[in-house]
Amino acid sequence: MLKKRDFYAGGLMTLLGAAVTLDSMTYTLGTLTHMGPGMFPLMLGCTLTLVGVLILGTALVSPLTDNENILPKQKEWRGWGCILAGPIFFIVLGEYFGLVPATFSCVFVSALGDRTSTIKGSAILAAGVTFFGVALFTYVLKIPFPMFRLGH
Amino acid sequence: MFATALTDLWYGFGVALEPHNVMWCFIGVFVGNMVGVLPGMGPLATISILLPLTFGIKPVGAILMLAGVFYGAQYGGAICSILLNLPCHPPHAVTCLDGFPLTKRGRGGAALGITVISSFVGASWGITEMIFLSPILVVVALKFGPAEICSLMLLGLLAGSTLARGSPLKGVAMTVCGLLIGIVGSDIETGTPRFTFGIPNLFDGVEIVALALGLFGIAEFMKSVNQLSEVDTKYTNVKFKDLRPTRDEFRRSVPAMFRGTIIGSLCALIPGTGPTIASFISYATEKKISKTPELFGTGMIEGVACPEASTHSSVQGDFIPTMSLGIPGDAVMALILGALMIQGIVPGPQLISEHPDIFWGLIASFWIGNIILVVLNVPMIGLWVKLLTIPYKYLYPSAMFFVAIGVYSTNNDMFQVGEVVLIGLVGYFLLLLDFHPAPILLGFVLGPRFEENFRRAMLISRGDILVFVKHPISAVFIGLCALLILMQVYVRLRSPKSLPTEMALPTDHKIPEAAE
Repeated sequence: MLKKRDFYAGGLMTLLGAAVTLDSMTYTLGTLTHMGPGMFPLMLGCTLTLVGVLILGTALVSPLTDNENILPKQKEWRGWGCILAGPIFFIVLGEYFGLVPATFSCVFVSALGDRTSTIKGSAILAAGVTFFGVALFTYVLKIPFPMFRLGH
Repeated sequence: MFATALTDLWYGFGVALEPHNVMWCFIGVFVGNMVGVLPGMGPLATISILLPLTFGIKPVGAILMLAGVFYGAQYGGAICSILLNLPCHPPHAVTCLDGFPLTKRGRGGAALGITVISSFVGASWGITEMIFLSPILVVVALKFGPAEICSLMLLGLLAGSTLARGSPLKGVAMTVCGLLIGIVGSDIETGTPRFTFGIPNLFDGVEIVALALGLFGIAEFMKSVNQLSEVDTKYTNVKFKDLRPTRDEFRRSVPAMFRGTIIGSLCALIPGTGPTIASFISYATEKKISKTPELFGTGMIEGVACPEASTHSSVQGDFIPTMSLGIPGDAVMALILGALMIQGIVPGPQLISEHPDIFWGLIASFWIGNIILVVLNVPMIGLWVKLLTIPYKYLYPSAMFFVAIGVYSTNNDMFQVGEVVLIGLVGYFLLLLDFHPAPILLGFVLGPRFEENFRRAMLISRGDILVFVKHPISAVFIGLCALLILMQVYVRLRSPKSLPTEMALPTDHKIPEAAE
């Protein structure tokens, strides 16, 4: 029973709904005629809790299927990590060193997420995207983001 | 009515034929066609990526381009299905069933030719429907008060979340999550910050670009990384002259095309049943009325013509509720509506009279765009086929850059790049739990207007919650909502497996989970 995916899905929604309901109580509720900022979230929170419980309930009464694992069979930790790390590199390098290093690192790191990728191939791809991307955003769209900078 | 519509359409062509608008339309359909062909990139991800780039251009151009991406991708998606047997775009999944066997028999070119014709027929009908139906809807909708708008939105949200793929309960849960994300930020009336966790960057709310790119960009990439195998290009050698169908093939396709068109346009009118469902239903219908149903799946040209026509007629029809009522039927329409709102245009029934250039220009650009697409697809088929071989490992890292810079450039704020990473991670986790994130966007876009109208309705009725059933029009919408829920409960309890989507496909063809 506890292995069922929907059990966790429903549980998550129930918890989220309950949290929203509790949090919305901290805002002014007002009356139905003059609704305060808390009223609409309160209604949504209750709805979400109810839907969550329904999902959970359906999960309890329906039979298990073949695949109830939450994570896919093939764990792509490298791919997932690299895809998430790409924009984080973009933030850090962009904030301190400018658009060019940010773009290069973002594409390079994300590209390494593919199992068949090589350092050289990723670097070439990153260089290409950097060249065209920076040209597009700096010269054509003129976004206020220096190509290079040091410190904040 | 008829004459005014035609004069307005004439005016629309004037707008759409302005050189820069033709250019945006061309860019839109070209990019759309391209991503439609590329396995692993959907129109949702592409429109989200292009959205920040449209801030600098005029609203008309921006909308023409983004809409072009959507219908352009439908043309490209068919190529992918027919030549590679890769159902990477859900509306074209059924086209694989008969399209690929045709390819194996060496008639793939003819199947593509028929697809282009059916698409054009379907789209033309969808556009005509939009021209005449939208003004009528607007006349009705302008009489709506807050209570009616509210119930109509409720109906739209409910249909959008329960009629799409996957469990309806989970769809509703996602819609409510979307509504909640829409609440983040300062309350419109009192200015109280809600669900901001004290972070000043969130006082303006969550940016639609960050939400869309997180859910349909990063989360999708995380799902697809290392999953797409190398494509088999054995059959992809299609030349221009191969596109011509034989006389017999053409004769058999024509009635199928018209049936598909009708089914598609009906599906478009029900919010939530977008092109995917339309194509499944039309394939099932075509198979049922055929004299030789057993031959379906072995390369029947009707099995290509019918779903393709219905996809396109429904794609164009999807714009009707979006543009005339301001109620999007699915996530793509929600994004397009979001793009309008970013440009400072309030969606709703007043849109046609306040911004006729956008509405009629868009309709006229549909014709232009569809003609461009036919021209692009017929002689340049060789180029599109070459695109099929671009590996995913070069595609997604490049897209990651556009995600990062796109989110940054909306407000020149690095915080939002962090936001998109977090949304992507949460979105992937939701995908793993079998939630479809598309309704989140629907709820997010409609949320603030829903709350505003709800509050207003309550204020006018002096807190009487029954106002929604006391007004006759509103009562009809609420009744339809109830009917929808009852229908879902009935269908699920009776036979959980016999839904149209599962019915039309044999078990070995899994419906792709990629974003529409």
